[in-house]
Amino acid sequence: MKTLARRKFWNGFMTGLCALGLVAAVAPLASLLWLVISRGISSLNWDFFTQLPTPVSEPGGGVANAIGGTLYIVGIACVLGVPIGVGAGVFLAERGDGKAGEAIRFMAEVLSGVPSIVVGIVAYGLVVLPMRRFSALAGGVGLAVLMIPPLARSTEELVRLVPRTLREASLALGVPEWRTSLRVVIRTALPGILTAILLGVARAAGETAPLLFTSLNNQFWNWRADRPTASLTVQIFNYAVSPFEEWHRQAWGAALVLLLLVGTLSAAARFLARSRVGARR
Amino acid sequence: MPEEAPRARVNLPDRAWALGQGVLGGGVLVVGALILLELWRVAAPALQKVGLWHFITGTTWDPVRDLYGALPFIYGTVVTSVLGLLIALPVSLGLALFLTEMSPPRFRTAISFPISLLAGIPSVVYGLWGLFVLVPILRHKVEPFLSATLGFLPFFRGAEIGLGYLAAGVILAIMILPTITSISIEVLMTVPGPLREAALALGATRWEAIRIAVLPHARAGILGATILGLGRALGETMAVTMVIGNSLNISLSLFAPGYSLPAIIANEFAEASGVLHTGALAALGLILFIVTLLLNILARLLVRMSRRGPARVTA
Repeated sequence: MKTLARRKFWNGFMTGLCALGLVAAVAPLASLLWLVISRGISSLNWDFFTQLPTPVSEPGGGVANAIGGTLYIVGIACVLGVPIGVGAGVFLAERGDGKAGEAIRFMAEVLSGVPSIVVGIVAYGLVVLPMRRFSALAGGVGLAVLMIPPLARSTEELVRLVPRTLREASLALGVPEWRTSLRVVIRTALPGILTAILLGVARAAGETAPLLFTSLNNQFWNWRADRPTASLTVQIFNYAVSPFEEWHRQAWGAALVLLLLVGTLSAAARFLARSRVGARR
Repeated sequence: MPEEAPRARVNLPDRAWALGQGVLGGGVLVVGALILLELWRVAAPALQKVGLWHFITGTTWDPVRDLYGALPFIYGTVVTSVLGLLIALPVSLGLALFLTEMSPPRFRTAISFPISLLAGIPSVVYGLWGLFVLVPILRHKVEPFLSATLGFLPFFRGAEIGLGYLAAGVILAIMILPTITSISIEVLMTVPGPLREAALALGATRWEAIRIAVLPHARAGILGATILGLGRALGETMAVTMVIGNSLNISLSLFAPGYSLPAIIANEFAEASGVLHTGALAALGLILFIVTLLLNILARLLVRMSRRGPARVTA
């Protein structure tokens, strides 16, 4: 039989261990954020946002084309992925109670765990092989494949949150089903869906692995969908693994820009989500 | 003449809407099928030439001589993922317990924000941090310490270079921590309050209540969270590629540089020479895909199982 003192000691000890978990989890985050900001900020200047990368021997230069390229590739991904993701979500919410719905829901759930590098190979097989060249389009296809499953799942949830009575009221007034869906149900869920899309965009903008051998990289500006295109993430990777001090500095700067981009998108999504809650009350 | 039943009006827009939805919904299935088909199509030439068994057990990877053996990559992936899990599981379980059972609810909402922040950081940024911050710490502090204290074990011997299995394992642990923590929190919150209260009323200390009442109830869900974390770790590419050392060997020592499945794909795919090399890399992707798929299905079933009951959480 354990004594009370011993039991109390164990209670305190385990509580302390659990609190230690908090420290262990937050410490790397703090270190990472601090270093990206403190090291990145020194390479940020006007040129960094407006100039092309320079060769190793020349100091200066920027990542303007990589920022543009990331936005371009993510834009392509949105055009391809958002309609399928949102459409599938609406389908699941409105007609997804049968076997087909079950299958699609299961697929969407399982596909959200597919490694992004695998998706890169798929985009390579789908786009790069037939076109015989690396392209922004291939990168966009890869990111779209990654965006679709989570978007479908969150859209379904959001559409299901719309009160039944709202739909019924619209139908009772003689509004056809498709208009009820579009103008009443989806309209009501729209702020939430936009939040989900923004979060998807934020995640896509931070992806590297599916771009490595699809959109590849480019030292110059490119706005053609069938040409290799630079992206912030691939640029960070290339700079980081290079042996040059100057490029390491650029990598930290680019990482800060990427974090700002992703952070802004997530913050916008949070803001949208919060204002939606406020509006409902 | 009998009266004709009024014919249902064919409502064309409604039908088109239903059809359109169905097509988009089917799109998800198409995406799933495409992933498998494309992987197989690209991988097939290499798998047919080498043979699945030789591919998985082969230890030589030499694209110049068209020799493809995947064992070093499979080994590296398994070692780093398991290591990451061993580090991350106690930390995130402790954190989840601390936030759900031991601290006021306001604290939980305040802390869950930085944790979700951790999940949103792009993996290439983790890699950057790992390469320039974690690796030097491991090389100068952690690895000398480990070899001095635990050097009698074969895992902690050899040159202390920082890059290697250990670095990859640590960075993976940091990356999967938010996944395991947030799902564990979700699972722990579904444990009915009366279970806890009954244990406390019987005189249990808070830790005893957790051990006797809470943990057994949440076991399946926590296992599911762990497997989901493992799935993420197996497929994580950039951060591992940047810190694992990218060396084709199989070593018991955690200090040694190695390679992982995603890392070799990331490093060689763009410059792969010929159908066989590309195919072999895609075959590595296929292995990764199938393993993560199975793990995911298992994990989802476990989490779903533990969520069943009156307190269903939407997620």
